[in-house]
Amino acid sequence: MKLLSYLRSLTGRIFHRSQTEAEMEEELSSHIQHRADDLERSGLDPAEALRRARLEFGGHEHYREESYQQLAGNFLETLALDVRYSLRVLRKSPGFAAAAVLTLALAIGANAVVFGVLNALILRPLNLPQEQTLWGIDHDGIGFESYPTYRDLRDRNHSFEALAAYNIDQAGLDAGKDPSRYWMYEVTGNYFEVLGVQPYLGRLIHSSDEHGPNSAPYIVLSYGFWHSHFQDDRSVVGRTVRMNKHPFTIVGVAGPEFHGSSAFFTPDFYIPLVNQEQVRGENQLEQRKNRRAIFESLGHLKPGVTRAQAMADLDAIGADLEKAYPQDVTHMNFTLARPGLGGDFLGRPIRAFMTGLMLLAVLILLAACANLGSLFGARAADRSREVALRLALGSSRTRILRQLLTEALLISLVGGVVGLWASVALLQRLSAWHPFPRFPMNLPVTPDSNVYAVAVILAVVSGVLFGLVPVRQVLRTDPYEVVKAGSTPTVGRRITIRDALLVLQIALCGVLVTSSMVALRGLARSLHGNYGFDPHDAVLVQAELSTAGYRGDQVPAMQKRMIETLSAIPGVSSVGMVSYPPLAMDARGTYVFKDQTTDLIPANAAALPSTYYISPEYLTAARTSLLAGRAFTWHDDKNAPRVGIINQEFARKVFGSPAAAMGAFFKLRDGTRVQVVGMVENGKYFMLAEDQDSALFLPNLQSPSNETWMVVRSGDDLQQLTAAIRGRLRDLDAGLFPYIQPWNKEMDGALFPSRLATVSLGVLGLMGAMLSITGIFGMAAYSVSKRLRELGIRIALGAQRRGVLTAALGRAFKLLAIGSVAGLGLGILASRVLAFIVYLATPRDPLVLAGVVLAMALLGLLATWIPAQRALSVDPLMLLREE
Amino acid sequence: MSDQAELLPGTLDLLILKAVSLGPLHGYGVLLRIGQISGRALLIEQGALYPALFRLVRQGLLKASWGTSDNNRRAKFYELTAAGRKRLRAEVEGWNRLAEAIASALAAQPEEV
Repeated sequence: MKLLSYLRSLTGRIFHRSQTEAEMEEELSSHIQHRADDLERSGLDPAEALRRARLEFGGHEHYREESYQQLAGNFLETLALDVRYSLRVLRKSPGFAAAAVLTLALAIGANAVVFGVLNALILRPLNLPQEQTLWGIDHDGIGFESYPTYRDLRDRNHSFEALAAYNIDQAGLDAGKDPSRYWMYEVTGNYFEVLGVQPYLGRLIHSSDEHGPNSAPYIVLSYGFWHSHFQDDRSVVGRTVRMNKHPFTIVGVAGPEFHGSSAFFTPDFYIPLVNQEQVRGENQLEQRKNRRAIFESLGHLKPGVTRAQAMADLDAIGADLEKAYPQDVTHMNFTLARPGLGGDFLGRPIRAFMTGLMLLAVLILLAACANLGSLFGARAADRSREVALRLALGSSRTRILRQLLTEALLISLVGGVVGLWASVALLQRLSAWHPFPRFPMNLPVTPDSNVYAVAVILAVVSGVLFGLVPVRQVLRTDPYEVVKAGSTPTVGRRITIRDALLVLQIALCGVLVTSSMVALRGLARSLHGNYGFDPHDAVLVQAELSTAGYRGDQVPAMQKRMIETLSAIPGVSSVGMVSYPPLAMDARGTYVFKDQTTDLIPANAAALPSTYYISPEYLTAARTSLLAGRAFTWHDDKNAPRVGIINQEFARKVFGSPAAAMGAFFKLRDGTRVQVVGMVENGKYFMLAEDQDSALFLPNLQSPSNETWMVVRSGDDLQQLTAAIRGRLRDLDAGLFPYIQPWNKEMDGALFPSRLATVSLGVLGLMGAMLSITGIFGMAAYSVSKRLRELGIRIALGAQRRGVLTAALGRAFKLLAIGSVAGLGLGILASRVLAFIVYLATPRDPLVLAGVVLAMALLGLLATWIPAQRALSVDPLMLLREE
Repeated sequence: MSDQAELLPGTLDLLILKAVSLGPLHGYGVLLRIGQISGRALLIEQGALYPALFRLVRQGLLKASWGTSDNNRRAKFYELTAAGRKRLRAEVEGWNRLAEAIASALAAQPEEV
């Protein structure tokens, strides 16, 4: 007996049906004990009484099982049964399962990616404690502020717990080896305290460090920079490094989770704002006019202070400042904006864009659900006999629906997991992506638990959504009718909403496919386009001569020495200097006037050409073709007559024709007369998709420029060349901290809009295609299974394959054709807009048109393949016997 | 044994509710009470009581709590909830109507038709 109860408890534990079962067991044995007590009292000996009691109780196991079911404690077992059954059913139709899972994976993946970006940029842009009370101050819609104004706001406001500020800047850092220029924040003493950042090592910067300009030569490294450039060396604290030739002491390393207070701009290190002069080489910190001193001011609002109250408070201070410094400040209107996105100036469009994108993603998911719903409807119709049989055999409708829903949820969960996995991979790649090589800008969009939760919720919700579509069908099923007569084909309306929806989806897909192909072709062409210079086989070198201490006449002299030094590198064919290269996200225009103009005001200007100050060899080094006249020489200096080189567009605009331009004069705004000595080909100057712009080149000896970019052309390996350039320049002046980058790499910034448009259109096109495929697939599958009997009869009566296909799939193909034509037409219209973003994008391209038609045809073929096979393989004998 | 009547389907729940309405009982007690109030005329297999008890608990008509019986043994005691009392009243009325109707139907004589 003991062994038996031991075994029972063991099996109980194996099946671990929880405490309820133990309690139930106890209750039943308590009953038997009571009965045995009674029997014992009537004179039986205890053992006999117990035996009798057991017998009278009846089938112990049977009642226990029945009681258990009455308790509804068998949820998990039913679920396991349903899951097993669903898996078996799905294995029988792998095409259906794969299509459904893939669609959901794409749709949920898209949602997860968009939500991941939204989450990172808008919901928790900085990942700081108590971010909901943290606000940035916008002055006229942007965060820029002067240091004195910041100080007044900080000291006189009653709304903020404390007000910190930071600026984004670049400086050269020499920590022993490989001195380079890095990006950093200049921060106020209270910055880390206000944001609640903890040091990882050593200490951070404190308010007590600040004692006026250049009083706090301390550096705090970011964790990532410490990790990558100091190899996690804990002894760096206390070490002295040189920043722009000034000695600074490393006092600590910030915590690994802190990436700065701007969502896009991750700094390498932090220095006190009061030392800004040592970074910039000029002292502007105390100028109230200089709003470039601070990028953004930010702080936590005091408890109970509303945003409106704080803004009124700041505006009152602003009004006082306007009165006190009428020369320096105007428009002191402050607003509070979420920090991290550079104020509302950037933040608002980003928020609007992301919200729009999220809506689009949700719409895609809804469309996917609608398609899967019709697919499930088709399956339910196929299985109406099975359902009817089960109903007739006594299964409850709830039980059948539960099983169908389990099937839907199973698919949606698998799809969700696959989609999430893909989106996490994508988000991680996105986080590591630096679209602009010169700036430390990236999207820190590493997914967190929010993203996972959203993906799972979306998966479950969409599973329920499309799983519920066949419910009505099942509830209406009359087992008797179905078993007797087979599923009756319902007479459909001529045009259903489902048809219209499908055409819309196909049209949308057509638009996306067309525009993504247009964008792709445009991008491919612009990679090999003519920009008016040749970015291949050349390296760009930038150096800040002012921070390195060069002033006045020293600048052009140093530039000449740099050119000579670089030219001496073996393998270098030419070196030219330019104030800034074209297509480097920088543009400066100069007003030029016709020679006869006397009133030199902007309204009278003949043109506003992009203006470049160049050394004599620049045109050769950049491979900008000289069409007429001569290039500059080293004799075009301050003592020589002023000369300029123009592009064709300049000649056309100012002089009417290239022939009239050569040797002619024009005026600059200060009245200087400049003679045209040369003319070069047209090029691209600010962005690839711009209209043809005029350009003017002036000799750097006549118009000195502090900004110094060198174009170094060489046929050799650019990597080695980069190292050689770095070495030579360090020998020349260790304080130069040059930025060195292959020119075609630097072009990534210019190609960014095209790339972004192409990639996003491509992804959307893929989604659209996937949706159309499942949409058509669902519709075709549905119509084939509804008309299976009719098709069987047609085949029995000798119909040709062609006829059967037309009968089965004619409608699907018609919808596909209508949708595709509409999509292609709209896509061509949409591509005109695209031409503003992607250089050389045109829909009038036979390859694009052929590509779209091919893609849509392929899509239709893919979607109808399985239903078509099914329609053709109908065996009339089987079918007729079955019915 | 042969003088005991088979239970009509659906009447066990009603009997349990009635038995428990007279005072909290454990499972075996319910059985005894039904025997007592029916004059031992009804046949209930002892184990069949439990699925019915669990069903009534799940429906919220009974509530259960562990306690100690007169025999000094641990046992689960059942009592009526408010919903259970209401259900009992409704069921009793329904049963009485049915019984009356059946009784009058069975009492019909040839001359009454």
